[in-house]
Amino acid sequence: MLGAALRKELLLQWRTRGKLMAVFVFGAAALLLFSFAIGPNAVALRTFSGGFLWLGLLLSSTLTLAESFHAEMENRALEGLLLLPSDPRALYYAKAIANWLQLALLGIALVPVMVVLYDAGTTRLLMLLLVILLGSAGLSAPGTLYAAMTAQLEAKQTLLPLLLFPLIVPALLASVKATSYAILGDPMGQARSWIVLLAAFDLIYWSLCGLLYGRVIED
Amino acid sequence: MDEVAVEVEHLARRYGRRWALADVTFHVPAGTVMMVAGRNGAGKSTLFRVLATAIRPDRGTVRIGGFDGVTQREDVRKRTALLAHHNYLYEALTAGENLQVVADHLGLSRDRVLPALEQVALAERRDDPMSTFSAGMRKRLSLARLLLQAPRFALLDEPYGALDPPGFDLVDGVVRELKRIGTTILMATHQWERSARLADVALVLEQGRVSWQGPASEVMAHEVRS
Repeated sequence: MLGAALRKELLLQWRTRGKLMAVFVFGAAALLLFSFAIGPNAVALRTFSGGFLWLGLLLSSTLTLAESFHAEMENRALEGLLLLPSDPRALYYAKAIANWLQLALLGIALVPVMVVLYDAGTTRLLMLLLVILLGSAGLSAPGTLYAAMTAQLEAKQTLLPLLLFPLIVPALLASVKATSYAILGDPMGQARSWIVLLAAFDLIYWSLCGLLYGRVIED
Repeated sequence: MDEVAVEVEHLARRYGRRWALADVTFHVPAGTVMMVAGRNGAGKSTLFRVLATAIRPDRGTVRIGGFDGVTQREDVRKRTALLAHHNYLYEALTAGENLQVVADHLGLSRDRVLPALEQVALAERRDDPMSTFSAGMRKRLSLARLLLQAPRFALLDEPYGALDPPGFDLVDGVVRELKRIGTTILMATHQWERSARLADVALVLEQGRVSWQGPASEVMAHEVRS
């Protein structure tokens, strides 16, 4: 069942891939605006580059997460799948995995923009990749749940960030810290503990949200 | 034939303060085609959505194939298919892909997709995106989706809606075919005369209540009287 649901999600994402490009441009524009806010201070820009990257990704994520339920709602396709019947947990994990892949790709695509704008180059690319993968997983799991909750509301674009942002603060903080150590150096070896913390939050998010999803979309 | 397939007892469902279904009771024997008639807002679509377990009733009970519509939703869903106003299709996918999604979720072979499309005369459009389809073609594709499910209980809400005259004949053919294989069918429609020819029994809803039920052959006389 998960395989069938994931195939559908990836097919839908492929068909609407043009929208991902628009979201990337939005994220890149956000990074550019952050650099304007700091001004021509190369040290400050590089110091805060990890935080800016995650803020850019977080703002972009509200667009992709909300958009991922547009196709499910326009003809009540999600209800149609539930009535087949389909396992709500399989539908959730398929959607969350698809959103995770999309956010991870977006995060990876924003790294060169960050390097150019903030002079934030790094040789620890594998570590940065790991943090982006774990951090985007931390955004997509609760983000998918809340996007489902708000998908049928008129004020979904406002409510989704209002609900999502407070919940993902721990994962966001861990992502920013670990990214900063990847860019600025980690002489005390502190990045590891932030990455472990991020992985722990991911585990909690992915377990709990999968359990709650059925209630959210059925009741 | 006498086995009861659908049992509805004192069913009520409200939206906010308005009762869409006030007190509905009826039974449908297995293999029967029941026509559900009524004016706009009479409660037909709400009734079908409760029967399909898309929404829960506020009062009363529904049993389909012996399974409770609230506590045994999964069992009801395995045996029931709903042709609804919302077509349950993905705009970004092609006709063929939409049916493949259904086949994949039901664990069916994708080889069954093409015959289902052929049955609704859409085989030639299988690679076209849903977003290019007219309302009538979407209705045909929804019918193909229902046929793919091969349900024991089919709930057809306005099956003739948006269709052209050949489409009407197509629906008639689908209903006859489903009936031939023993499917119990409930059909909500404004095409009284046409569906009365297909149905065995009829039920008329009025403001969320059953105002008349009897043989389908007599429903036109009831309409004239009322």
